[in-house]
Amino acid sequence: MATLLLAEHDNSALNGVTAKALSAAAALGGPVHILVAGQNAKGVADAAAKLSGVEKVLLADDALYAHRLAEPLAALIVALAPGYDAIVGPSTAVAKNVLPRVAALLDVMQVSDITKVVAPDTFERPIYAGNAIQTVKSSDAKKVITVRTASFGAIGEGGSATVEAIPAVADPGVSTFVEETIAASDRPELTAAKIIVSGGRALGSREKFAELIEPLADVLGAAVGASRAAVDAGYAPNDWQVGQTGKVVAPELYIALGISGAIQHLAGMKDSKVIVAVNKDEEAPIFQVADYGLVGDINTVIPELKAELAKAKG
Amino acid sequence: MKILVPVKRVVDYNVKVRVKSDGSGVELANVKMSMNPFDEIAVEEALRLKEAGKATEVIAVSIGPAQASETLRTALAMGADRGILVKVDGVVEPLAVAKILKGVVGEEAPGLVILGKQAIDDDCNQTGQMLAALLGWPQGTFASKVVVEDGGVAVTREIDGGLQTVKLNGPAIVTTDLRLNEPRYASLPNIMKAKKKPIAEKTPADYGVDVAPRLTVLSTAEPAGRKAGVKVGSVAELVAKLKDEAGVI
Repeated sequence: MATLLLAEHDNSALNGVTAKALSAAAALGGPVHILVAGQNAKGVADAAAKLSGVEKVLLADDALYAHRLAEPLAALIVALAPGYDAIVGPSTAVAKNVLPRVAALLDVMQVSDITKVVAPDTFERPIYAGNAIQTVKSSDAKKVITVRTASFGAIGEGGSATVEAIPAVADPGVSTFVEETIAASDRPELTAAKIIVSGGRALGSREKFAELIEPLADVLGAAVGASRAAVDAGYAPNDWQVGQTGKVVAPELYIALGISGAIQHLAGMKDSKVIVAVNKDEEAPIFQVADYGLVGDINTVIPELKAELAKAKG
Repeated sequence: MKILVPVKRVVDYNVKVRVKSDGSGVELANVKMSMNPFDEIAVEEALRLKEAGKATEVIAVSIGPAQASETLRTALAMGADRGILVKVDGVVEPLAVAKILKGVVGEEAPGLVILGKQAIDDDCNQTGQMLAALLGWPQGTFASKVVVEDGGVAVTREIDGGLQTVKLNGPAIVTTDLRLNEPRYASLPNIMKAKKKPIAEKTPADYGVDVAPRLTVLSTAEPAGRKAGVKVGSVAELVAKLKDEAGVI
């Protein structure tokens, strides 16, 4: 039987993590159907249909799914579940919210945040902030899985799946959407960025963070990340947090500035291809994972780095 | 309104865990254990709601070995009114925990259950959502703000790219994110007082729950290591290496 993959999107564009989660879904062996649940999301479904190897795209287009609240979305997925062996989603806020609800309704123990498909019923997943990797075998007839997308490559385009409209399922009627504040940004998304410039507690203030980190990111066309300490101190917004309980990223280049490198932060970025660390404390643990370390004061290093990078990029 | 707060005993967040050499798991002997940090935030939120007159009683529940009673005592020392220990040895997966909690909810009839969004040992991030599913209740996960209103609760959630506020009707599940509050420390007098607060003992069988795991752990391994690289002497050298050696800019 087939695998159902929950698409991540904002009603207008398909999020790139979907193509990465598709790698994991495809590795399960069965045909893959993608579910796009949203409002006015036909464009998203068309984009999903172009992903290579997708057999079918299901489009549930209804106001009920405009913000992908867990209660109605879980009801929809559970209604579709009899046709599938596995239900898969990327480890995004939406899927992390809804899929455990789906799993419990199906009496399935979800396998969270897999980093490798060993066999259709056997997976690797990190535990203890990535300090150990568990290989687990699921005995449930149906699998419910979230995918750590930083661990999988994106499937490219080249497909031409059919898009099938499916009806909404009755709203359990226990929750309503009130409001959403999404920061508009021209920078790439953290989980999709090739380069991430990340700042820590050493920045000292929200103003310094904005003055030093953000322009450097813009020279590189990079996304901006932050350590938990910087977010807790109010220097950067919540959704910039990289780490065990924030975003897990694996860009080509991760530049950690004034970040000491707590275990919980390393858990979120140590799979990056190249790591650069700048810290004035030469004993900082971040240097143990950095390919290139520079001991120095970020207040002087960052402007210099920005100038040199601008020069190097011509 | 009663508030139920499940708390989990986990390896302290400052401990760097070691994988056992035979690959059977991680070393837990003689390791410092504490309350899961997200659960401390859950206890704190429940206490603040009680202090604001929105709740009448805060009940902490822990599912785990006999030593989990220490975790309950921590919650009681923070200010929870009483505890329930559902004693079980070995691993209890989130699905089984949710089933047991459903039984506890059936007996206690709380208006709100506040849980940590994930435990820092298995990093599953499932229990709250599963409990909501089993009860047919709405869920406000990854909460950064909780406002109890007439007939329900408004929860502001940390989502990708920003914040989302949802209104949940009737009894509801909330799971906590880091920025919801800063948990209090228990004072010495409160630690002493907590010793006299009641803890009821239960077993999974009391709730008719089979805790047999659905996932078999085949092995536990060290993650692929990452070696420290080189220290560079200047920004110019760094940029040259990024360009010529690493080829990433």
